[in-house]
Amino acid sequence: MNVMSRIVPQPIIPLGPADGAPAPGLEAVAITKRFGAFTALDAVSLKLRPGTVHALLGENGAGKSTLVKCIMGFYRPDEGAVVVGDREVVIGDPRAAQTHGLGMVYQHFTLVPRMTVLENLVMARASVPAVIDWRAERRRLAAFLDTMPFTVDVDAPVATLAAGDKQKAEIVKQLYLDARVLILDEPTSVLTPDEADEMLGLIRGMALAGRLSVLIITHKFREVMAFADDVTVLRRGRLAGSGAVADHTPDSLARLMIGDSSTAVPVERRGPPGTAARLRIAGLRADDDGGLPALHGVDLTVRMGEIVGVAGVSGNGQVELVQVLAGQRAATAGSVSIGDEPYRATREEMRRHKVHCLPEEPLRNACVPGMSVAENMAFRSFDEPPIARGRWWLDPAAMRRAALDLIARYRVKTTGPDAPIATLSGGNVQRAVLARELSREVDVLIAANPVFGLDFAAVADIHAQIVEARNRGTAVLLVSEDLDELLELSDRLVVMSHGAIVHETTPAAADLTVIGRCMAGH
Amino acid sequence: MDHASLGWWGVPLAVLAGAIRVSTPFLFVSLGECLTEKSGRINLGLEGTLVMGAMSGYATAYLTGNPWAGVLVAGLAGSLLGTLHAMICALERVNDIAVGIALMLLGTGLAFFLGKPFIQPQAPQLPAIPFGWWSSSAQVRSALDINPLFLVGLALAPLLLWGLRTTRWGMVLRIVGESAEAARAMGYQINRVRLLATAAGGFFAGVGGSFLSLSYPGSWNERLSSGQGITAVALVIFARWDPVLCVWASLLFGGAGALGPALQSVGVTQGYHLFNAAPYVLTLAIMIATSSSRHRLAGAPAELSVTR
Ligand SMILES: Nc1ncnc2c1ncn2[C@@H]1O[C@H](COP(=O)(O)OP(=O)(O)OP(=O)(O)O)[C@@H](O)[C@H]1O
Ligand SMILES: [Mg+2]
Repeated sequence: MNVMSRIVPQPIIPLGPADGAPAPGLEAVAITKRFGAFTALDAVSLKLRPGTVHALLGENGAGKSTLVKCIMGFYRPDEGAVVVGDREVVIGDPRAAQTHGLGMVYQHFTLVPRMTVLENLVMARASVPAVIDWRAERRRLAAFLDTMPFTVDVDAPVATLAAGDKQKAEIVKQLYLDARVLILDEPTSVLTPDEADEMLGLIRGMALAGRLSVLIITHKFREVMAFADDVTVLRRGRLAGSGAVADHTPDSLARLMIGDSSTAVPVERRGPPGTAARLRIAGLRADDDGGLPALHGVDLTVRMGEIVGVAGVSGNGQVELVQVLAGQRAATAGSVSIGDEPYRATREEMRRHKVHCLPEEPLRNACVPGMSVAENMAFRSFDEPPIARGRWWLDPAAMRRAALDLIARYRVKTTGPDAPIATLSGGNVQRAVLARELSREVDVLIAANPVFGLDFAAVADIHAQIVEARNRGTAVLLVSEDLDELLELSDRLVVMSHGAIVHETTPAAADLTVIGRCMAGH
Repeated sequence: MDHASLGWWGVPLAVLAGAIRVSTPFLFVSLGECLTEKSGRINLGLEGTLVMGAMSGYATAYLTGNPWAGVLVAGLAGSLLGTLHAMICALERVNDIAVGIALMLLGTGLAFFLGKPFIQPQAPQLPAIPFGWWSSSAQVRSALDINPLFLVGLALAPLLLWGLRTTRWGMVLRIVGESAEAARAMGYQINRVRLLATAAGGFFAGVGGSFLSLSYPGSWNERLSSGQGITAVALVIFARWDPVLCVWASLLFGGAGALGPALQSVGVTQGYHLFNAAPYVLTLAIMIATSSSRHRLAGAPAELSVTR
């Protein structure tokens, strides 16, 4: 257990695909990780064979991210060992992992947004010269990229890249750092299905060529079946099963993931939508963060008991539209009304009209990361009884009670109501916000990518809740990048492009080629 | 030759001379603050650092007879205060702005306390370089008596810009200021980088302070600084966190500060105090003109607590 390898930073010379030894395998042996009294991983083992793609599956909060972070030295496991190739290694920090040929792409982007791809890549190396000759570095990177199946604009600031290109840049970065074992934490959740297929195909090709061993975390069975050789399934911090993908079906994997508990049954949309318009948006204009117009006159009506789906490629004004409706951005022109009253998204109006919001990236847009789960769950209700006694005296006990109730009802996995919400797994943050927004009476619901990063059971659960809310008469505006989700849930579907609604149809009458053309801006 | 011989031409000349003189402390403090803010931390304590630098520089010059030793000690005193700021901010749940304000009060208070014995004696001053030797006009000559510290500051600005763009430490500094998350993933130690950046920023501010007591106005007393340290923070924002723009901004503020005395020297005494307030009015005007409630400032390091 004590093979403490000395870590000497070495200059990294990018290897072409042909040279260099074949990629090593990776083994995690009986890893245990505790956070306080909570055991996130309980003696979990995983074996990644050299030159293969290995999928890691599990519910939200099962411990997938924790396991790979232990391997990468981001966390220090309480027990267990990591073997790279045939040598046991002690990895103290991500930089040490790099010297062992391990590279990881995290669940969220870790490139510096305002620096160029070139700057990001060069600065991530283990040894950077004291004075950097950018022109020479650029030449070297270009030469390296020529040997790669990827193309990335190296001079573009990362912030200007589309999600797919950002993800590619993250992967290119790891390859540039000469990673031979690549760990990807939900690399496809930010990508469209086409982008995901392209990226996974490229990675699989490199694994087949013996250049890479890949460990990939995903919630999508389709990707596991199509691109992975082996699979390991975690359930509540324990190993639930592993083996060759060929021996499994999506159903058998699903059973391994959730055990005997049942998933929500899909809820049918019942009855036609109401006739009364509930949310009316007329000629809405707004600027983006840079002060440039992002919405160019959006007209949209949502009736009672209707789900209106907004499709579109991300970055076409969806974020700004949701922000205006949530009161996070001022409109520059146009009007929003609810019922017959104008609506300016003040807290008072939101409460009166029962407007609720599920913004995307909830940890950033709908939570205070350092505050507790209970406090975050009380954001809608802390100033009214029973949490606020006499309207201004906070009752923390009542707040905790309310939170415990929500945690149980929405199955939020947390160490307790007092844990900072930032310590929850990605999917559980989403659930916590959902619990806050959906547990009260809702007349208007604005949801943006509500199942982003959720496991299949949670997806079924949340879709059922949204449809149930609609059946109760809630007007739902559902913004999503996932066309399948929209086709399944919506009563009516609109396409947003360049800050305006360019097409309207119903799922039944939808013509995918027309929708695709509209999304592409033609 | 005397004032009258140049007449109204004396005003722009005096403003220019003033700009060069008055801008030097602005320049050093703003370069220091720029460096610190690039690492994602704001140090409002530089006002205290400035006064502390003025006092310690003056005292050292007086005691050793060497004004350059004073400059060095002023810088070291400044980096000591910067280090203190960084060390306190590295603790959990500590706000850099609050710490800065506390250190501003500590720095000035300590300087007044320790500097009492040095108000009376006259310390040797920094020599100026007579760039006006060719002129027969006393006014021109005195205007072009330029302190070497100003030239050092001028050279420092492009050097910093180059360093931030092309050296390893400059890039690491910017990464830490742009995204602590990314810096951590790359394995850089955020607190150590910020400590070095704040200490270096403090050094510059301390040197800026020594200019006050060792060159212009050139004495030590408790009314030496009139908020230059704080104004310099606004100046960094105005300069969009660009060291070279800091030079121009400093000159602008210096020139505005010299307007009152320059007008007085040609006999315009009306509104003297109004003209003296020019730098402050300018600060306010610039802050209002460059701010927006709708989008964030271009160029601001993303980790800065005031812009997040
Ligand atoms: N720093 C931490 N402190 C306390 N608890 C933590 C911490 N990090 C993770 N946990 C807990 O450990 C459990 C596993 O979290 P992890 O992030 O590994 O889940 P995951 O399988 O990646 O889920 P997801 O699919 O939602 O990303 C969760 O219950 C989470 O609350
Ligand atoms: Mg995860």
